[in-house]
Amino acid sequence: MSDRGIRARHSYREATARRRLAGLLDEGSFRELLGPEHRVTSPHLAALDLPAAFDDGVVVGAGLLLGEPVLAASQEGSFMGGGVGEVHGAKLVGLLERAARERPRGVLLLLDTGGVRLQEANAGLVAVSEVMRAVLAARAARVPVVALVGGGFGCFGGMGIAARLCDAVAMSEEGRLGITGPDVLETTKGVEELDASDRALVWRTYGGKHRYLLGEADRLLEDDLEAFRTAAAELLRVSARPLDLEELEREHRQLGRRLAEFGGAADASEVWRAAGVERPEALPLLEAPEFLRAVAGARRGGR
Amino acid sequence: MSRTWDQARRDRARRLARARGVSPEKWVDPQRATALLEALLEPGDRVCLEGDNQKQADFLARALSRVDPARVRDLHLVLSVLALPEHVELFERGIARRLDFSFSGPQAVRLAQLAGAGRIEIGAIHTYLELYARYFVDLTPRVALVAALAADREGNLYTGPNTEDTPAIVEATAFRDGVVVAQVNEERERLPRVDIPGGWVDFVVRAPTPSTIEPLFTRDPAQVSEVQVLMAMMVVKGIYAEYGVNRLNHGIGFDTAAIELLLPTYGEELGLKGKVCQHWALNPHPTLIPAIESGFVRSVHAFGSELGMEAYVAARPDVFFTGPDGSLRSNRAFSQTAGHYACDLFIGSTLQVDLAGNSSTATASRIAGFGGAPNMGADARGRRHSSPAWLRAGRESARPGTMPRGRKLVVQLLETFREHMEPAFVERLDAWELARAMKMELPPVMVYGDDVSHIVTEEGIANLLLCRTAEERAEAIRGVAGYTPLGRARSVRAVENLRDQGIVRRPEDLGIDKRRATRDLLAARSVKDLVRWSGGLYDPPRRFRSW
Amino acid sequence: MERLSFDLACPGAPAPRAPPVVVGVVASGNLEVLVEPGAAPGTCRVEVATSARGFREIWSAVLDDFAGRHALSGLAVSVNDAGATPAVVSLRLDQAVEEYLGGAR
Repeated sequence: MSDRGIRARHSYREATARRRLAGLLDEGSFRELLGPEHRVTSPHLAALDLPAAFDDGVVVGAGLLLGEPVLAASQEGSFMGGGVGEVHGAKLVGLLERAARERPRGVLLLLDTGGVRLQEANAGLVAVSEVMRAVLAARAARVPVVALVGGGFGCFGGMGIAARLCDAVAMSEEGRLGITGPDVLETTKGVEELDASDRALVWRTYGGKHRYLLGEADRLLEDDLEAFRTAAAELLRVSARPLDLEELEREHRQLGRRLAEFGGAADASEVWRAAGVERPEALPLLEAPEFLRAVAGARRGGR
Repeated sequence: MSRTWDQARRDRARRLARARGVSPEKWVDPQRATALLEALLEPGDRVCLEGDNQKQADFLARALSRVDPARVRDLHLVLSVLALPEHVELFERGIARRLDFSFSGPQAVRLAQLAGAGRIEIGAIHTYLELYARYFVDLTPRVALVAALAADREGNLYTGPNTEDTPAIVEATAFRDGVVVAQVNEERERLPRVDIPGGWVDFVVRAPTPSTIEPLFTRDPAQVSEVQVLMAMMVVKGIYAEYGVNRLNHGIGFDTAAIELLLPTYGEELGLKGKVCQHWALNPHPTLIPAIESGFVRSVHAFGSELGMEAYVAARPDVFFTGPDGSLRSNRAFSQTAGHYACDLFIGSTLQVDLAGNSSTATASRIAGFGGAPNMGADARGRRHSSPAWLRAGRESARPGTMPRGRKLVVQLLETFREHMEPAFVERLDAWELARAMKMELPPVMVYGDDVSHIVTEEGIANLLLCRTAEERAEAIRGVAGYTPLGRARSVRAVENLRDQGIVRRPEDLGIDKRRATRDLLAARSVKDLVRWSGGLYDPPRRFRSW
Repeated sequence: MERLSFDLACPGAPAPRAPPVVVGVVASGNLEVLVEPGAAPGTCRVEVATSARGFREIWSAVLDDFAGRHALSGLAVSVNDAGATPAVVSLRLDQAVEEYLGGAR
């Protein structure tokens, strides 16, 4: 019996931030900016006597994607949960500002983060809000910004908002996207509201499949570096999401429809059923290709 | 002058007569379970309250914990695994006084406290097989309270995949005129198969809530580390391939899971399919699925079952022991025997090793016990049939002038440092301290040094079979003890000498490129990969899945 | 955090100059290792920042053995450690140097 192609895949989720970039961009094309040898580390962590990372948990730089120039950032989720601190945030903002000036083919944000790095308090909050502004500024300069979400730490907090400010979001089933994370939700609202230890529930609620079905993720991918590379290139080619009042109003109308259609649902599976999925309970078990076929008629929004 | 020779039978008849006053029928109303036990039991009775490694007679344990201690007290409890809070309650309430067991896992700390306060007399801590053996010699239960999945009207029992200890317990009790009471999850008109005949069972009661089983043998491949991959490579190449190990048992752990996951990849690359790891005494480990699907595995006999593996096992009857109904039949007593006599190798991890190679999982504040490891992790001196691995190990350890014999490979697997940089290699095992604190006759050793054939750490393999003297053995152990104080005190020259003799082998000596020791070498890297390997048959328990 | 410095004796040919390399991540039980051309020829300076205090002797032993395995003369090695065991430390040090030397070709 063969290994059913298991070993041929290279898991995006398991890869380090650097490995993801290496797998995403054209071989040998990546040039890191403010690399670890520059030791641009967090003054806040040092003040708290906590371990630092030479790159403060995010790798930024320039490279080629299918021959076209792009700028890319990749967060290392396993360093402090991918939390965005002052320096980390400044690297992201600097990259996006550079994009607005240089106008590459696009910007790729490989997000793997719990949101603000709480240890850095206000500096972290400010950093994340600056990232949001910088994303919009790059888009206003007609540079597409694409978020890729497939790491083990998900994309939460203010960075969840930042992801949805991008032109497009591609997610794997393993990825999660949200604002308030499951643990915080359980702590503040109680286990009856959300049982954070119920992993199936957590992924039903925040995971790539649900986000795709609601139209918040534009692509649902296999957990494979090659799949992310292909999707990133494709999403940069698709015309960017308009950044104007008309688009904003269209989106608000869509949100209103969503609330009207699914506002009474207590669980994602009820949303799927109401959306017209025949066997909602089977969706979590399906591999990406079968899942996409199963929800083809039920998907709301997205591109 | 004349002696009555059927006292046990008369005693049984008296007890049953009392019990019929509570329940005239074989099937007992669950509300009368405590009353039944009060009628059946007498102070000082030896009672087996089935507590297996996985399955627990929890309803009967609760019913027993509610008896009136004035009527039922000072029981002598015998059971494999003391796992439930109710078990400890029996001693706290004076219902039970004396204990013979094998393993205590979750209740280890409470047990130690009660023993320290004199509320429990511990007879002995056994291995599983020893305890079953004594059921037939000097620890025969007067009353056995067992657990099964289902029973029919006649009291035939279906124990299914988690048959575990039940046959051994019931055989000893029923055939020595004892009384057998079984709790079941349901009554069925027709059982899928009969595991225990109704003639051996006196009472059956339906438990209001089904007894639950924990998935003890599932290891998430996502948690296997690079260091564990390196050690697994050394084991596969330096021991399995080297000795031709075809019949074996793996102690549960992430490091042995790494070995299982390396067979279809590294094992295949080395050309080992069909040459090693074909016959197993092992629970249905999900991490064995890739090796089974790849054609490495010909047979597996199990001690118990594993949650989520039911459909997979039923679909692979060529590999597993299954009944005509399709479900697994496990049997811990026979599996332990298989692990002891019919396997050429045992490999497992441990917490501490001293310079003689003695290893222990005991720590000063817990009485955890042994489970089954010492039976597998011991040379089987009663064995007589040969195999190439057994003969070679015997040759390596032969002493001049002695009768030639074979030898089992007993491998201890451990990283040199544990969590919090605690060295795993120590001068003196914590077991000594535990023995002193708990007033035990002997320090509780899991595997004795003179049974250990190899020690494997991230630094390499120490072959203790080839060591001629205690000093050589100590130096060989230092040679793989890494940067621990014991390792740093090695004589570099002596260890190089041992390397020349092949007593200590580093990965490079085995021709292993350490750069290949990455998670990419694992046949499955996540629980979902295991499901894919199984073609969707493996159904992981909730805590292991995100879908 | 504890900060340790070591100057490793490195006889033998100097290591080539190559772009800096970092391997590993600063996560619990893990570490990152940065290898780059150093300032002092004939020696290898190692700077360690570690959250596990009191293990200078073990770091020293691990680094001495590390120097014995590779020609490190003229290199600088910097480590951010979050409590990795010596096994993982040795692994990362070897990985970092091998990747650095791979970049020199």
